[in-house]
Amino acid sequence: MCADGSELLNSPARTKTPLMHEAMKHPITTVARYLIGTSLGVTCVMPVLADSEMNFSGFLAGEARLFTQTPQFSGQLDRNEYSLALQPELRYEFNDQRVTLVPFYREDSLDEERSHFDLREFNWRKAGDDWDLLVGLGRVFWGVTESRHLVDVINQTDLVENIDQEDKLGQPMVNLALLQDWGTVGLFVLPGFRERTFPGVRGRLRTPLPVDTDNPVYESSAEDSHVDAAVRYSHVIDDWDVGIYYFYGTGREPSFIGNGDGTRLLPVYSIINQVGTDIQWTHEAWLWKFEGIVREGQGETFGALVAGFEYTFYQIAETALDLGILAEYLHDGRDETAPPVLFDDDIFLGARLAFNDTADTAVLGGIIFDPSTTEKFFSLEAERRLTDHITTELEIRVFSDEPADRLLSSFSRDDYIQLTLAYYF
Amino acid sequence: MNSKPRNKLPEALLVAASLLVAAGAAIADTESIEEKGFAIAARSDRSDNGFHNSLVELKMVLRNAAGRESTRSLAIKTLEKPNEEVGDKSLIVFDSPADIDGTALLSHAHILEADNQWLYLPALKRTKRISSVNKSGPFVGSEFAFEDFTALELNKFTYKYLRSEPCGEFTCDVVERTPRYEHSGYTKQVSWVDQSIFQVRRVEFYDRRGDLLKVLTLGDYRQYQDRYWRAHKLSMVNMQTKKETDLVYSDYTFGTGLDEGDFNKSALRRIH
Repeated sequence: MCADGSELLNSPARTKTPLMHEAMKHPITTVARYLIGTSLGVTCVMPVLADSEMNFSGFLAGEARLFTQTPQFSGQLDRNEYSLALQPELRYEFNDQRVTLVPFYREDSLDEERSHFDLREFNWRKAGDDWDLLVGLGRVFWGVTESRHLVDVINQTDLVENIDQEDKLGQPMVNLALLQDWGTVGLFVLPGFRERTFPGVRGRLRTPLPVDTDNPVYESSAEDSHVDAAVRYSHVIDDWDVGIYYFYGTGREPSFIGNGDGTRLLPVYSIINQVGTDIQWTHEAWLWKFEGIVREGQGETFGALVAGFEYTFYQIAETALDLGILAEYLHDGRDETAPPVLFDDDIFLGARLAFNDTADTAVLGGIIFDPSTTEKFFSLEAERRLTDHITTELEIRVFSDEPADRLLSSFSRDDYIQLTLAYYF
Repeated sequence: MNSKPRNKLPEALLVAASLLVAAGAAIADTESIEEKGFAIAARSDRSDNGFHNSLVELKMVLRNAAGRESTRSLAIKTLEKPNEEVGDKSLIVFDSPADIDGTALLSHAHILEADNQWLYLPALKRTKRISSVNKSGPFVGSEFAFEDFTALELNKFTYKYLRSEPCGEFTCDVVERTPRYEHSGYTKQVSWVDQSIFQVRRVEFYDRRGDLLKVLTLGDYRQYQDRYWRAHKLSMVNMQTKKETDLVYSDYTFGTGLDEGDFNKSALRRIH
């Protein structure tokens, strides 16, 4: 039978009993709701799946990356980079369940490794009253800080997309979340490992020797079929948001060894044990943030942390503008046998400007610098909605010139200005 | 003839008594301007008690001074907290513009302190606890501030009855309310509450300088379950910038089966 209109409007509607009860009391309202439901374009075509809804959305984005200097390494092309990315998103909901399919494809003019396809999401989710279960390829985000996503360990970084490490590959997972009064417990079984993406020989923003992603080295004999696991507990206590987790499995960050003829780097993926925590204290206009990990399995056991704050000045000078000031300290205690890390003892200072206008204009700028060296990394991101379907984004990244023995020196000639125009549907 | 002197005393008493009553009434009136204001607000607010939860979809139409429009569509889920000392919980999920499809704002309201608020960003699957100390800035670029259109909790204000006067087809009690929340963007609000179904018809908002900032008109009230009234058209006009925002609500659904779990921070990732 076809459910009444409010059920359709209302997906995911959890309990039917109160509604049925109301329906018996108010048969006319029920009819009215049905009519309203259909007049809003929610059609009831499949009698078996009365409570279902299909949702199609996504974006098509054109991107131009203009490099301000000639490249540093042989093989890199001295050209600007243009690319087109498509990400349709399909969601089908029925009862309290949902199937999500989010494929992603980018075609790049410069780098064949950046032309790539991924299934960002392809999963089935069922939500209960105090639990939910996700099976398939999914994305999970953990963390609170802005300059580095240190504790975010479940998904592999899609590094060719952006060096900010915010783009991630779809991770195969079975994830059960238990939502209790005393906190949320997340249980993760992660069958199958995704390799990090790296720029090809022609691409910019790469290591002096390109990374050979066809010949990864694994510590585990199961290679990319090792089953990883994680458990996380998170809770909100008044002004405190707290998360703590344990992860066991193939570390998402590789270290590198040279290949036989010294022309390529081979990524080496080790088995790690990691505990991590993320804590935020929110008080008035202050956000105080801390992320920390301890990792075993890559050289000496080491700890790393990001800690800092964000303070917002609201409606500055009696305008609608909000100005946020961000400061974070980054520390990483890993040794040289561990995967290389750019920011081992650095300070991030940033500012976020929200215009709160119809176009949702926002600017985030910042600098990360190492007080004990000359290493500096400057970044600016600005975005604005042009129409109800089109947005534009500007991104500028500038790297200080460094001697060749410093990690940041790889990017010394890769300063760029990137302009993105995206059509959302 | 003889009766007159005899009547003198009672007459004098009567005059004295009526003077006393009048004086007493005058005192009672000065005392009860606040009480009467609170009573009017409470009657309006409490007519809503017991709805438990609701779900509604709405369109937000933003119009600048030149008349150029842009539209957002969103859904609001609300969980009533029956205790008037505890704020309601609400979840706002955006559907359009398309680039913010699935973006959500979860609020656990408090009466006099800042709310607990989380912003869910579906592209990153990231849930951010945000500062909610400032609720008077423009909400998604509209003329509504967050504090204007979420559940108006009775105890967030102190009240003063001003007068009664005709308002459109109704007679309204005009009540001034002063935000008790120290970070409110307003020094005062003046609300018109009708005497027929006790609903708010109009609100004037006065900025921190005490100048008239915005005027809200509420209309198209519809009743649900023979009990709960909901306005389906809210128009906010900024008197200083001449910008306007309309909220146009579709029908409300009550008894949706929404419970605490749906307003849990960890449930945000179910959205997209």
